[in-house]
Amino acid sequence: MNMIKVYIEKENKVVKLEASNAKEVLTKLNINPETVLLSLNNELILQETKLNNNDELKLLSVISGG
Amino acid sequence: MPCKNCLEKPVIQLTNNNIKLCKQHFIRYFERKVLNTIHNYKLIDKNDKVGVAVSGGKDSLTVLNILTMLRNKTRKFSIEAIAIDEGIKGYRDKTLQDAKKFCKDNKIKLSIFSYKEEFGSTLDNFLKKSKFKACSVCGPFRRYLLNKKSKELGFTKLATGHNLDDEAQTIMMNYFRRNIETSARLGPITGIIKDKRFVRRIKPLYFMTQKEVATYAFLKGLTSEFLECPHSTDSYRGEIMKMLNDFEAKYPGTKHSIITSFMEILPMLKENFKGYIQINSCKNCGEPTSQEICQTCKLVEILKNKAKNVQAHS
Repeated sequence: MNMIKVYIEKENKVVKLEASNAKEVLTKLNINPETVLLSLNNELILQETKLNNNDELKLLSVISGG
Repeated sequence: MPCKNCLEKPVIQLTNNNIKLCKQHFIRYFERKVLNTIHNYKLIDKNDKVGVAVSGGKDSLTVLNILTMLRNKTRKFSIEAIAIDEGIKGYRDKTLQDAKKFCKDNKIKLSIFSYKEEFGSTLDNFLKKSKFKACSVCGPFRRYLLNKKSKELGFTKLATGHNLDDEAQTIMMNYFRRNIETSARLGPITGIIKDKRFVRRIKPLYFMTQKEVATYAFLKGLTSEFLECPHSTDSYRGEIMKMLNDFEAKYPGTKHSIITSFMEILPMLKENFKGYIQINSCKNCGEPTSQEICQTCKLVEILKNKAKNVQAHS
């Protein structure tokens, strides 16, 4: 398992967790994939993208509301 | 798995058909689909003066970006931007910076109107003095100002950033609240009948999902950060949004199906409710309303009285 640093934009907080891909990150954080964009090194990635140890993943909220 | 059209890394998987697209092919897909919506539903006529309602968020700046491209290419219509500053600290003040920057960089005239100047108080202050939910005050105020100021600015159409998710939520809200007549006014171009007291609203992002719009805005660098209105999840709409997102995650394509089904019955709804429409002019402000006094004038009166009572008891 790889240790991933995850920045959750909506809550402006960083969490560290073990995951092998972005889908696992969302499942562990109970975040609906419909509500976020996944950004790794400032590039958008899909849920199935494999993550490496010490990767920094950003979860950008897609909900604006006016 | 690479992009459907090339060997590049995909940036998105489209939920309605499972296609994966890279940055270049997604941008091409997105712009083509929005331009097709504008063309197929005749959203813009020759010589239209289109006002674009901008909040500075990803949806409105995406609309403004694509309409600017189309205007530059065709030179058949003109555009200006209009923004409403509700007075939501930490949110609107930030997003308006992005709107101002985009308009300055692209030489687009931007007119900003605020609740404080028009109604005497910011939304934040109105909410402190009353028990109203934010959206029940903000919605009528914003619609009122956008229509009134669009007429004053001479706009023939008003483009908004409403996307497929917004519309699917509104359709479900109207069903749940037995408010079908309101649904008859929906669609890529709003209204059941033409009336000079209303500036018709057009929704170029009607068939684009929230996630697609966010992806486009990110790839184009249109917003500095993706901010969410602090009041958006408190509302009835917020609950419907959560429900639809849960369904979409479990059954991909749900939101598209809602819109596709709705588009099939929309012509019948419009026809059915044509005879029911009665539009009065508000006795107080002259703006269109279905009642004698419009909702905005009623709300302003209530909020001003509450403010007076608060002062009297303090």
